[in-house]
Amino acid sequence: MKPIDETTLRRTLAAGRDDAVAAAERLAREAADGGLVDVAYATHETPLGTTVVAATDRGLVRLALPGAVVEEVLEDLAAEVSPRVLELPARLDAVRRELDEYFAGDRERFDLPLDWRLVHGGFQRKVLRAAASRLPFGVTASYGEVATWAGSPRAFRAAGTALARNPLPIVVPCHRVLRAGGAIGQYGGGPEMKQRLLRLEGAIG
Amino acid sequence: MAAHPQPFQTFLDEQRRPVLSFLRAMVGPQEADDVFQETFLAAMRAYAKMDGRHPRAWVLTIARRKAIDHHRARTRRPEPRAEVPEVAVVDRGPEDGEIWSAVAELSDAQREAVALRFGADLPYREIAAALGCSEDAARRRVYDGLDRLRQMIDEEDHS
Repeated sequence: MKPIDETTLRRTLAAGRDDAVAAAERLAREAADGGLVDVAYATHETPLGTTVVAATDRGLVRLALPGAVVEEVLEDLAAEVSPRVLELPARLDAVRRELDEYFAGDRERFDLPLDWRLVHGGFQRKVLRAAASRLPFGVTASYGEVATWAGSPRAFRAAGTALARNPLPIVVPCHRVLRAGGAIGQYGGGPEMKQRLLRLEGAIG
Repeated sequence: MAAHPQPFQTFLDEQRRPVLSFLRAMVGPQEADDVFQETFLAAMRAYAKMDGRHPRAWVLTIARRKAIDHHRARTRRPEPRAEVPEVAVVDRGPEDGEIWSAVAELSDAQREAVALRFGADLPYREIAAALGCSEDAARRRVYDGLDRLRQMIDEEDHS
């Protein structure tokens, strides 16, 4: 007769992976029902790759373009918004649907509540709001024009920085801002991604 | 630099298995999921106050408290013990049912120590911190528990 050894005991007590996953999923539902989730997020596939979308009770707070490291996006949200970050895809249904429609060519503007809290400073806020309100689908402008709309015509470099730090790309269309003369300029997801978005919108050939 | 808590989802992903294993030892496999929910909901409420340095020890402190509360609530209402199926075993290791009933028969102190070591897989240094005793005392408690389990399972097999 074999006496009980440490390995047997460990194996008996250990929760199975599936049980632990199921328990964590139930927890996510109960936490959501209990109003304990400050930031809900989901990963979402697009033709450009996998994005991360995150929302607070105010609205969409972050859209991370393909290429971003999910763990780093979550770390930033934990540090800048709240550590109570949970994966709750159902809370992101609206943005995911609108992204699908946009990439399918069936949507020209996003109709979502936005949480601007990751936009720091008055100037960045002015620049991004100007881009959001004055650059419809298929239309482009230069950094200088956007700087002018934001009230500082000479601050085109600062406007570029503000656009580069856009926490809500695609939805706030920083990809529609080009260099003077029409060169594509920089983009968070890389110039090629910017090109693909502009091509999708028919803004470039 | 003050550590800030990691994203709750990451914390949950990392701690769900050790916590559930710990709770299986503490309250049994049937009740473990309910106490798991209470534990992580309480953790989420208190999460902003966590210093971020010892997430496993921190959540196990909560789990231990919830398991003790659960135990108290249960012993207040009389309930029949779950029947452990009788099995004739020759030359085999102890059956799961035997182990579970033996774990349930441990003293609270021994069960906690065994659950922290073999369920949550905590090193002795952290077991000592969780139980508020020295590392030697923690080690002793774990091995007392293990000896007691061996005796009980041995008796069962000989009876």
